[in-house]
Amino acid sequence: MESGFASPRADAFPAGLRVLVVDDDPTWLKILEKMLKKCSYEVTTCCLARDALDMLRERKDRFDIVISDVNMPDMDGFKLLEHVGLEMDLPVIMMSVDGETSRVMKGVQHGACDYLLKPVRMKELRNIWQHVFRKKIHEVKEIENHEIHDDVQMMRSGSEEFDDGHLPSGLDLVSPRKRKDMENKEHEDQELSDPSAMKKARVVWSVDLHQKFVNAVNQIGFDKVGPKKILDLMKVPWLTRENVASHLQKYRLYLSRLQKQNESKAPFCGTKQSDFTPKDTPGSFGIENSIKMHQNNAANSSYGYCGNKILLQNVGSEIHENDLKGIISFLPITEPRKALAGDVSNTQKSSNGSRVGLSHSFGSLGPDVNYPTIQSPNCWNTDIPVIQFAQKAKQEKEPYILLEDNYMHLPPSGPQNQIQADGLQSSPPINSRPVTEKGKVIATEIKPLCTEYGSNHVGDISRRGQGINLFSVQADKDVANAQAFGYMPTATGSSPMRNQSFDQIYINNWNSLQPSIIPEGGSFLSSSHEDLEPCSLQGGYGYTETVGFNNEEILAYEHLDLTADPPSHLYDGLRFNCDYPCDSMEYPLMDRGLFIA
Amino acid sequence: MDLKRQAAYMRKSLFDQGYLDEQFIQLEDLQDDVNPNFVEEVVTLFYKDSARLILNIEQAMERSPLDFNKLDTYMHQFKGSSSSIGARKVKSEATQFREFCKAGNAEGCMKTFQQLKREYTTLKKKLETYFQVVRQAGPAETACRPK
Repeated sequence: MESGFASPRADAFPAGLRVLVVDDDPTWLKILEKMLKKCSYEVTTCCLARDALDMLRERKDRFDIVISDVNMPDMDGFKLLEHVGLEMDLPVIMMSVDGETSRVMKGVQHGACDYLLKPVRMKELRNIWQHVFRKKIHEVKEIENHEIHDDVQMMRSGSEEFDDGHLPSGLDLVSPRKRKDMENKEHEDQELSDPSAMKKARVVWSVDLHQKFVNAVNQIGFDKVGPKKILDLMKVPWLTRENVASHLQKYRLYLSRLQKQNESKAPFCGTKQSDFTPKDTPGSFGIENSIKMHQNNAANSSYGYCGNKILLQNVGSEIHENDLKGIISFLPITEPRKALAGDVSNTQKSSNGSRVGLSHSFGSLGPDVNYPTIQSPNCWNTDIPVIQFAQKAKQEKEPYILLEDNYMHLPPSGPQNQIQADGLQSSPPINSRPVTEKGKVIATEIKPLCTEYGSNHVGDISRRGQGINLFSVQADKDVANAQAFGYMPTATGSSPMRNQSFDQIYINNWNSLQPSIIPEGGSFLSSSHEDLEPCSLQGGYGYTETVGFNNEEILAYEHLDLTADPPSHLYDGLRFNCDYPCDSMEYPLMDRGLFIA
Repeated sequence: MDLKRQAAYMRKSLFDQGYLDEQFIQLEDLQDDVNPNFVEEVVTLFYKDSARLILNIEQAMERSPLDFNKLDTYMHQFKGSSSSIGARKVKSEATQFREFCKAGNAEGCMKTFQQLKREYTTLKKKLETYFQVVRQAGPAETACRPK
């Protein structure tokens, strides 16, 4: 393996990379397995998308990367891609014998981090580790960012750190903050070299927090909403405007996506029960154990995370189809496997690191809705969002409706959560557009790693966006995943050791590479490794795009070129502070680990 | 002729006559001590699995009118599969077939499908013979590749 890392152990990397290959063609499966084994990767094959999802959900950290064919009989490869991105936040590579630009584009839009043409060559497979590595790097960056933000927040409330004696005030915050940022940067390296730094909390959009967000949005009025206004209303001291901006963006995307989906799908108002088997989401939805499933303000929140069900939460008749499009409830996903069958009864297991599951649940959660209960009594429980329902969707026609769900309270069917149906009903206008958008954002595309190349539509972004952060980085989990590869010379070294070393290596590399990572540059990986083949989609897409079209805050998405659709006023210029180098165009929304645990 | 040489000769002509492409060589490269008969196994698997794809297409071809979308989907699958062993001529017919599907050309589809089946069967026989010789020639014999 070519390795450009300075670390002495780098030559063993990426041996042991755990790959899941999904392809309905047994011949290809056999060939790919052999090829990957030759690369010293650890391979698991699967000929059914459904089985693959089960495997992935069963243990979120079991794999580092997924390679999937686009055309499969039981599930569209793109859907699988979305699910994986959303639920597990793993890099996914698509394959097909069809190399038509439109298909490739679709892959990118759905969050694929690469698209290989069949017949696939060994050399293409050798380099897939870069996608995993890239993701890890992004996660570190996000953590950093959050730390900085957290510090800033602390500063705001603390105020005694202002050198010049400024008192904290709205007006003065800007300069002190800047100063603080500078100070923080000095500490970055230190933090980075401290492996525990990777575990610092990011902004976890817990149910509770999200509910506040949605409430604020609804209060302001979706059309007039803006991060600052939302932030003010939310009154969460440690939250930054950037956090909100980012979250808002995702929310919007989610909603618009839901909207699109809803147009062709289920009505929002009824309870749409899809029989999804909620599988355990090994809590990987970006939210680690640390996610607290806060009790939703049951009275108002209407999110229900119906892990496996795509139920359109009928929070109210206000939900417009458009809005529902991609509502994804950010719900932490819990482990347990739940079958979201008509009665979703998922065994709720809180798992550590449940991710926020986007579950789309439509309709009122009636008795038939069983939601996997997550640790907490509120409806977020569930486990697995979106993807799961696909499995059980009653509506055959689109079994895998990714994100049809609306935010809703899903009353846990079982004993567990107490999200009551009435909670649903009384929920405030989550049904309103904001909800959907958000859902949309979160919902599908999970593909954190993927570069969103070209799709410049909001819709696309939403897809991507969704993927990106929802589950993108779970500090702990990801680190653990990172360790999955045999960073250590011995492929199967003791885990902890491996983790540690990986962390160190990762961090070290990160540190050393940092200076060379330049936002405008291509992937730093390519600069370090001659052999690295950039993601096929990289093309010339690495750019920082401004998502929000409005002035003020401009959400800079790396790699996202959101030129399109959404009326700019919707975005209020979300500003993303990405001060870390975008490494190539791979992870558009990844960095905003807002929803990560 | 010495078996090894015979095997090498057969192999070369398969390439020269355009029956196989580079992918076949990729398969050969994957063959190792762990999987000493890898290529043959893959080819066998291909023929076994693709038989049902062919059957699907045949059945679909008997419908009237032809469902071009479905046919295209089947053929897409088949094409992907045939690309796995480097079945060049077969793959080319599959591409042609798909073109006819997109154009809604029933006759073109039918003719191409017949052609495809011929190529498919021809290749199968040739490869069967080839592998027989290879096996008889003894292990580690696949002669140095033309490349």
